[in-house]
Amino acid sequence: MPTIVVEVMPKAELLDPQGKAVAGALGRLGKTQFTGVRVGKRFELTVDGPADDAILAEVQVIADEILSNSVIEDVISVHFAGVDGFGPSANADFATGNVTLDTDVLEAK
Amino acid sequence: MRIGVVTFPGSLDDRDAQRAIRLAGAEPVALWHGDHDLHGVDALVLPGGFSYGDYLRCGAIASLSPIMTEVIDAAKKGMPVLGICNGFQMLAEAHLVDGGLIRNDGGTFIRRDQKLRVENTSTDWTGGFTPGQEITIPLKNGEGAFMASAETLARLEGEGQVVFRYLETNPNGSLNDIAGVSNARGNVVGLMPHPEHAVEPGFGPDTAAAMRSGVDGLAFFTSVIERTLVGA
Repeated sequence: MPTIVVEVMPKAELLDPQGKAVAGALGRLGKTQFTGVRVGKRFELTVDGPADDAILAEVQVIADEILSNSVIEDVISVHFAGVDGFGPSANADFATGNVTLDTDVLEAK
Repeated sequence: MRIGVVTFPGSLDDRDAQRAIRLAGAEPVALWHGDHDLHGVDALVLPGGFSYGDYLRCGAIASLSPIMTEVIDAAKKGMPVLGICNGFQMLAEAHLVDGGLIRNDGGTFIRRDQKLRVENTSTDWTGGFTPGQEITIPLKNGEGAFMASAETLARLEGEGQVVFRYLETNPNGSLNDIAGVSNARGNVVGLMPHPEHAVEPGFGPDTAAAMRSGVDGLAFFTSVIERTLVGA
């Protein structure tokens, strides 16, 4: 069954107290090379049906209207699970309409 | 006058809100989130609590409840609606008021008796206060930091839709010290602090006169009763 991933982050200009708390913990552990941490959300929607542009468009609407609140958050990405944004096909990975698993990964296997 | 209080899964302060309404002289009506029926009430309270465990975002899932169809419709037609704490978050999620609430800037849950200034006494829920009146009611939440875009903030300030402002300390990082706002019409008011917990001597915040004697929250409910009588 195809899975669609939605990533949501708090707006960059707003304070992220969760990220601040995690960054504080890293600092206390001596991991001083990290200057900031922001914490967001990843949703995975499993679909009973074809993996096509139409379902991706519908999830985009759900992401904008329900999974995020545009006053305080941004939808970063809506894409099919499996793409990774790396390798020769990276540019196409997150393009609307990419309904395949990541081609680079498949070739490597 | 009959004032409905909607109970959602995870509501915490619905009974206190009903009690406050009774003490103010109106009849509280218990409403259920899963119904599509307001039972003919004259005003509505969305109470505090942790609906749906604050999953997704505070108030987000509750704002999609069946009864919210009727709540939003009534609010847009002018029915007085008060959202307290989680109820304020629902109003924001339902776009009945502007802005949004995020985690307190200190990262901690805050419980304190909070001093506020009443900035607008023309709303349905604040007519019984005097302009600029300072009141003290309990504040208790983990995600009460009010956020809005610069344009929205300027409009809220310009139109007098900032109804309550934190005094002496900004407990949670709210922009412009905003504790509560209204819609443009003034029938929908949302705030993070809890007026329903300051309505009866012996159970409210401390005052200079005596411990737990603060009843500054009662005027929210008497205001809406008065407003409805005048309007009728």
